[in-house]
Amino acid sequence: MAKNKATGRKTSNSAKQRDKATLAKIVELADDVSSSAFKGRDIALDIPTRSRSNTVWNKKRGILQMGSAKSSRELFNLSQAKQFMQTCLHGNSIKQLIDADKTLSLRAMFYKGLHTVAGTSEKTFADQDESDVILEDMEVSLGALREELHVFAKKAGTMVGNITIVDNGDEIDCRRMGSGGYAVPSIVESDVIEFKKVDADFVLHVEKGTVWSRFNEDRFWETHNCILTEGAGQPPRGVRRLLKRLNQEHNLPIICLLDCDPWGHYIYSVIKQGSISLAFESERLAIPEAKFLGIRAKDYAECDLTDDVQIELNDNDKKRANEILNYPWFKDHSRWQKEIAKMLSNGFKMEVESLITKDISYVTEEYVPERLKKRDWLD
Amino acid sequence: MTRIDSPPRKQSHSNGRARETAESLAGKQKDISVSEFFAKNRHLLGFDNPRKALLTTVKEAVDNSLDACEEAGVLANLAVVIEDLQPDRPATAKSSRYRITVIDNGPGIVRKQVENVFGRLLFGSKFHRLKMSRGQQGIGISAAGMYGLITTGKPMVIHTRPSAKKDAHHIELAMNTKTNRAEVTVDRETDDFPPQRFKTLNAGTRDPGFLNSEDFLTGTSVSIELEGLYRKGRGSVDEFLELTAIANPHARIMFVPPTRVSADEQDDLPQVHAKSPTPAAAPEPTVDAVSDAADIDPTITTVEKDGVILFPRGTDQLPPETREIQPHPKGIELGTLLQMKKDYEASDGGTLYQFLQDRFCRVSAQTASKFCDAIGVTSRTRIVSVEPPQIEKLYQVFQETRLAPPPTDCLAPIGVRQLLAGMLKGVKAEFYAASSREPDVYRGRPFQIEAAIAFGGELPADDSARVIRFANRVPLLFQQSACSSLKAVIETGWKNYALSQPRGSLPVGPLVVMIHMASVWVPFTSESKEAIADYDEIRKEMKLALMECGRKLGTYLRKRQKMQREAARRDVFERYIGEISKAINAINGTDAKKLYDALHKQAKRRTAIADAQLDEEGKMVKADDVEALKQDEGVVMIESRAAQAGEQVQGPSQETPTGKKIKSSEQGDLF
Repeated sequence: MAKNKATGRKTSNSAKQRDKATLAKIVELADDVSSSAFKGRDIALDIPTRSRSNTVWNKKRGILQMGSAKSSRELFNLSQAKQFMQTCLHGNSIKQLIDADKTLSLRAMFYKGLHTVAGTSEKTFADQDESDVILEDMEVSLGALREELHVFAKKAGTMVGNITIVDNGDEIDCRRMGSGGYAVPSIVESDVIEFKKVDADFVLHVEKGTVWSRFNEDRFWETHNCILTEGAGQPPRGVRRLLKRLNQEHNLPIICLLDCDPWGHYIYSVIKQGSISLAFESERLAIPEAKFLGIRAKDYAECDLTDDVQIELNDNDKKRANEILNYPWFKDHSRWQKEIAKMLSNGFKMEVESLITKDISYVTEEYVPERLKKRDWLD
Repeated sequence: MTRIDSPPRKQSHSNGRARETAESLAGKQKDISVSEFFAKNRHLLGFDNPRKALLTTVKEAVDNSLDACEEAGVLANLAVVIEDLQPDRPATAKSSRYRITVIDNGPGIVRKQVENVFGRLLFGSKFHRLKMSRGQQGIGISAAGMYGLITTGKPMVIHTRPSAKKDAHHIELAMNTKTNRAEVTVDRETDDFPPQRFKTLNAGTRDPGFLNSEDFLTGTSVSIELEGLYRKGRGSVDEFLELTAIANPHARIMFVPPTRVSADEQDDLPQVHAKSPTPAAAPEPTVDAVSDAADIDPTITTVEKDGVILFPRGTDQLPPETREIQPHPKGIELGTLLQMKKDYEASDGGTLYQFLQDRFCRVSAQTASKFCDAIGVTSRTRIVSVEPPQIEKLYQVFQETRLAPPPTDCLAPIGVRQLLAGMLKGVKAEFYAASSREPDVYRGRPFQIEAAIAFGGELPADDSARVIRFANRVPLLFQQSACSSLKAVIETGWKNYALSQPRGSLPVGPLVVMIHMASVWVPFTSESKEAIADYDEIRKEMKLALMECGRKLGTYLRKRQKMQREAARRDVFERYIGEISKAINAINGTDAKKLYDALHKQAKRRTAIADAQLDEEGKMVKADDVEALKQDEGVVMIESRAAQAGEQVQGPSQETPTGKKIKSSEQGDLF
């Protein structure tokens, strides 16, 4: 493993190979542009379309995959010219990162490419969102992951539990992370994160940090010998990659505890088979065997919850629920059809915190353990 | 007991005053002469207030001069001088004494006719003729002289030289209102024509080009001293002369205003002509290389220098001569018919049959016969024997019979090229269009409508359009809202021609609209001849003329908008190409300059239209509809003014939205 003298970052040989490949792809892109220019041909970049229409549901494997449709981003098209330019700028930035063997955050990449276009008062990027979109496009068109482009995202997500990892050369025992927990980084590749010792039986993944804190305070991971993670809502790539690796490399079941609402269902769906915008990543991120423990629509009756915990479904919710009902991966799933139908017929949604009304530690002492024992979950 | 034959005694009122009887009243009544009547009713002639009085005087004199020059077939040279005779009056004074002088190079006036022309109301050659001319009634200049006399006691001073080889006459006269006749106080010969005195007024007049004797071989000069008020702005002498110059591009007018301008008027005319003393400062506008651009020269504009304003001649073509026509049966009142009968009895005394054919137009032998039959007389009945009730019947028959419309060659329209020459001279715009309709008839009287518009350039973009109105080449300055032409402009749908127009109002934008009505008898709403009365036929023709101009403007504007978009597109590509070349160079080492040039070439190719715009020759792009505009003799376009105006318009609006969809129509235009 080579160590970057300036940053202390260790780069494995495989990483170096990857860098070389990425660089070659960028140069190829540039060559394309220049040769087209000199030959007087149309100047365009082919970018795979990242939209619903170009997403394929692979039933056999249980994951969403990206189709083969591409859209052409032309230089001499008024509505695309700026994006074309931005793509070239980022291409150059990435090359510089690879050459220097450093990484930058998304926002830093935005700043790197930001300047005023010569001879005008217009900026190259209006805001970070524009820059982020271009970087995602580059991932897809270059066939390289963001990490391979030396770009990382803001990290989010916390882990605690019966596992020891080595993070960029530092050994971390997740049993001893106190009340704060281990902050899951943005890049969770094997050349950065190594699983040294895994004793846990499963992973419990919750939606919110506050719920996670409840479980951590009650040391649920200790009493049940598991790993406890949270994804801060829609989990970022780092967390999803972590879960995937734990599932894949150590066969740990991934069990989700999310709110009973369309948003919670959607989060589960993304963990399970991937997302549309990152369909090209599904191979590495989707966990078809992930399980949905709760909150279930039937829990209102089963747990004997009071009316106060009910939050009425608004029009948006209902619309969303129906959309999810029609996702190809839920369409033929009779149990999910029933689940969502039940929620709709209830007419309300419930958050995990609603279990507090029963007892402060009801969720950690009774709700989850019961269902784990009975294997009462959806998948 | 009262004796019946004693004279009736005046009975007393309770307050002791004697009561009038019909007889005693009758003793006091007497004839009022026409002049006396008008002396006390000046407003009927346009002398309501000092400012208007000044204007009316100038107007009458100028109208006469232009008419005279046209009848003599000469290109008019006019000088209008207004001298302030009380320059040291206090600032609060509501009026001042002025001397107004108008000098022309017309045929002059024969000595015998001078009194009649200048000193007699309702005397003139124009009243009885049906001929298109400026002064429809002969009141004009005599009334002005009378007004001058009333307010200052000073007579009119006339210099006139009817023959280039002989001396001029110097006449001073004043009108006697009781006898309706002029009294001459000075009558001698002089060689002082044009009057040299005016050449010493200021630096501008000392210029040899002013009142040059060679330009005024024959002609007339009339001076009137009166109480008036000189102010600039709407309804001013300046505006009148400016518009007269536009409607009469064959005329050359020099104006010397008084040096002191009255205190509280800052209502400037919307800036229509530039007062730049150095024409070299403004870039020379270039005209398309259209073959008949020869007769229209956009570099001729109004110039003000050293106290003399010159409205230059825009064309050397005289307006065509107009013919006089006979009245049309459908165009006369019953009273007029009766009068015509009497006149004919007195002068010719023939048969009704002959009368109808001689004194009317469009009455053939056959038609005359039919008329005779209709009222129960034969073709041999003498007109003397026809009774008034029969004349009444005849009048009704006139209205009911279908007749051919009157001849229209009695009209001399300004003409499309002349309209453009006039507008070009007075208005600094980028696009001009003109339209001259075919003659039409209202109530038996021929008329013809012409319209012209000027758009863009230096005209202010946020104001309502300016409407300038003319009748028989005379500008109409007042009562705009009562005028049929204004209504026609408001009723035209300018939105169809890419302009904005609030409901029921004038369009908003850098636009000047000119309407001209030519007729043997222009129907005015009042004696002051300020607004054209509403007739359906007239309004319809006006709108049609406006729509023709509007259509051309619409084509031009849409093309211009498109070109601005193209230019904006090209700008966008230009900017990004630089960045892209640098980035690519950093990635794969390609020569940045070479790449830039290659990309630039492609950009140019793809935005060819925008490129042509920036071509040095200023030729516009070859597109079908624009090509048609270029060939249209009713259109003049000046690119350089368009470019200047365009720079101001472009401003901040052309940022490319990223990631947002642009309407397909815009994209589809080029790609």
